Amino acid sequence: MDLNFLISMLDATLRLSTPLLLACLAGLYSERAGVFDIGLEGKMLMAAFAAAATAAVTGSAWAGLFVGMSVSVLTALLQGAAAISLKGNQLIAGVAINMLAAGLTTFLGQQWFRQGGRTPPVSGDARFSSIQLPFAAELRNVPVVGEIYSVIISGHSILVYVAFLMVPLTAWILFRTRFGLRLRAVGENPKAVDTAGISVRRLRYQAVLITGLLCGMAGAYFSIAQGAGFGNNMTAGKGFIALAALIFAKWRPVAAMFTCLLFGFLDALQIRLQSTPLPVLSDVPVQLIQALPYILTVVLLAGFIGKAVGPKAGGVPYTKER
Amino acid sequence: MTSEGTNAQRPETAAAKPGASDWAIELEKINKRFGPVHANKDIDLSVRRGTIHGIVGENGAGKSTLMSILYGFYNADSGTIKVNGAIQNITDSRHALALGIGMVHQHFMLVDNFTVLENIILGAEDSRILGTSLSRARSELGRLEKEYDLKVNPDALIEDISVGQQQRVEILKALYRGADILILDEPTGVLTPKEADDLFRVLRTLREQGKTVILITHKLREIMAITDAVSVMRQGEMVKTLETAKTNPEELAELMVGRRVLLRVEKGESHPGKPLLKITNLTVADDMGVVRVKDVSFAVRAGEIVGIAGVSGNGQTELLEAITGMRDQRAGDVIVNGHKLFLKGDDGASRARAAGLAHVPEDRQRMGLVTNFQAWENAILGYQNSAEYGGGLMLDGTAARAAATAQMQRFDVRPLNISLKTSLFSGGNQQKIVLAREIGRDPDVLIVGQPTRGVDIGAIEFIHNQIVKMRDAGKAILLVSVELDEIRSLADRILVMFDGQIVGEADPATATEGELGLMMAGISNREAAQ
Repeated sequence: MDLNFLISMLDATLRLSTPLLLACLAGLYSERAGVFDIGLEGKMLMAAFAAAATAAVTGSAWAGLFVGMSVSVLTALLQGAAAISLKGNQLIAGVAINMLAAGLTTFLGQQWFRQGGRTPPVSGDARFSSIQLPFAAELRNVPVVGEIYSVIISGHSILVYVAFLMVPLTAWILFRTRFGLRLRAVGENPKAVDTAGISVRRLRYQAVLITGLLCGMAGAYFSIAQGAGFGNNMTAGKGFIALAALIFAKWRPVAAMFTCLLFGFLDALQIRLQSTPLPVLSDVPVQLIQALPYILTVVLLAGFIGKAVGPKAGGVPYTKER
Repeated sequence: MTSEGTNAQRPETAAAKPGASDWAIELEKINKRFGPVHANKDIDLSVRRGTIHGIVGENGAGKSTLMSILYGFYNADSGTIKVNGAIQNITDSRHALALGIGMVHQHFMLVDNFTVLENIILGAEDSRILGTSLSRARSELGRLEKEYDLKVNPDALIEDISVGQQQRVEILKALYRGADILILDEPTGVLTPKEADDLFRVLRTLREQGKTVILITHKLREIMAITDAVSVMRQGEMVKTLETAKTNPEELAELMVGRRVLLRVEKGESHPGKPLLKITNLTVADDMGVVRVKDVSFAVRAGEIVGIAGVSGNGQTELLEAITGMRDQRAGDVIVNGHKLFLKGDDGASRARAAGLAHVPEDRQRMGLVTNFQAWENAILGYQNSAEYGGGLMLDGTAARAAATAQMQRFDVRPLNISLKTSLFSGGNQQKIVLAREIGRDPDVLIVGQPTRGVDIGAIEFIHNQIVKMRDAGKAILLVSVELDEIRSLADRILVMFDGQIVGEADPATATEGELGLMMAGISNREAAQ
């Protein structure tokens, strides 16, 4: 296993963990506010479709991102209305969103583009291309440090950088601002927030709104940054892996980043092992290798994280007594 | 504390404007309905500034509703609220806080995994960035601590501090928001006697500093000990406001319940017969493996009530659980009516029941009832497999409902509605449902833990009478209670438990509270006598 192999693996890790990280942070806002969200997957899928469709028609990746995020926010608000205002079961609301997204994206795709539910491939300005950071080319030949900078860190789409910048930003919002204090409080004891004269509903809607924005970004990343066009069910359960990462990270932003990187790394490894089998693993069926990240999810959640205690008021719609 | 001049009992006719500013709070004709329940009917209440004003009433009398209206948590259907003489339309809690009204709720409104300081500033942050809010709050907290002698560590997590400390945080939270009028809803329900004394000291300090305190409680002892005036509520109505110095517990109890109430249990001589329950060399460990009951032996005879006194946490809970088959005993025997019970395993409780041992658990909501069930389902719980209810496979709903109706009638459970969800009954009525179920089967031995915890005065009297009736019918009754008064008035013989052992026996007729207190602190009879 030489250095080049490692560097290219880490490069792939960053790319593959970005949508996980965005979705994971998205879930963090809503769950910290006491609204369980298993509809991350559905919101990403809706956004991925909307972004690709818009980009294909307008030829602008930014227009695609904007529409993708808008659709995700609208979906999040629909889910929020069911879970917050109508006090419905939050899990069911999330499941409904996932089912709606899976069906609606394929249906609209087929109706509009007649390509079996796919959107036309996007390229050029309709896609987020990779950005070369300053001096990346110059440093390329400096051993180790230069290679790390120019190969691993430089050369990703803007959404990758946004995702990783969201980590310190989220940590700061959560632990250093008034909004963050109230957000955490409403997920732990909404009555304490209510009696302090703050609206529980308003806070929870704000959280759900942020969730929508971040899921939208993650969805757009799938279809117009990492990929080039929308394909059926292209999020492939990443929303659920993000949810697992969130629990594994115990709802903390920095830990969430490392967990997502771990899952991203496994994904990269799995892809690499399919093309260049290692001597020991050559006899292992490819399906088993593909299943690795999912198996890890189950193993980690089942036993290795200790007791993950989520926000205490999570999953419970808030009602005043009587 | 000097006397309050005339007093706080204000004639309804005197809408006297001149002295209006003497009153911190004036409520007039407050009405509030929750669906069919008229929780507050034309309530008038005036609270003089700088006094401690008690509000007493049974559970469900409308005290908490009235205070929630004052605090803006609910809106009244009609009526006027005056704060410091000016009419206010309090729309929400934020508004009440702005008027200087703070409330300490019965169940604390704190976030467990936040620090004390974070809880205090929540909702009253003076900046979008936490750091500045926190440092300002820290210095303000230091000032409040000194002024009111309320020590608490600002950086401790709520989940790590005692309940008494948590209550201080609630009081500090209100003071931090500039509260002049402090409402406390059943503040001592969760406190140890020592913590309650500390609280009263704090309340007196608050009064000295000119604050007005409204104390909601159903404990008459507290009213007599600390208030200047007291208002009595009953079934949604304001019955009377009195000056505390000019009343007594008996009068207040009568006003609360609407009839004369005996604060002492009336019972005749006991005529004990043969032992029905024998405990020999019982040793029990708790979930952590710590031995909590150490080699305990005693007997309860037919026709007597044996009370186990002790500071809570000295093994009483484990003792009860072992006798009733809910916890495996390490060693020793439980003998009912001459038969040794085999109680190990998960179905120990049902074997104990089958042997004629009934159990009213200490915590009715956690162990005695499934609060989400309807009343009739709880009325057969634990006996659901017996032949009269169908015998196991199929449940005979008609028989079960009939039995439930009979039980609830006999024990005067209100409302008499067997299909009502159990959580909707008051604490006293829930306890009656449990008692009716356990006594209704005519057991030989009755084990009762904390029979009147969180129960109204009227219901306490009823429950005590039922227990005495069981005794007079020749049953053996083992009573465990942390209320020493209850043990002393109900038991025929008192055993004192300390550190897992029975350290002494006393006759309730002759033993003084002081002697019992010494034994409860681990000093045995003989030593105490010396």
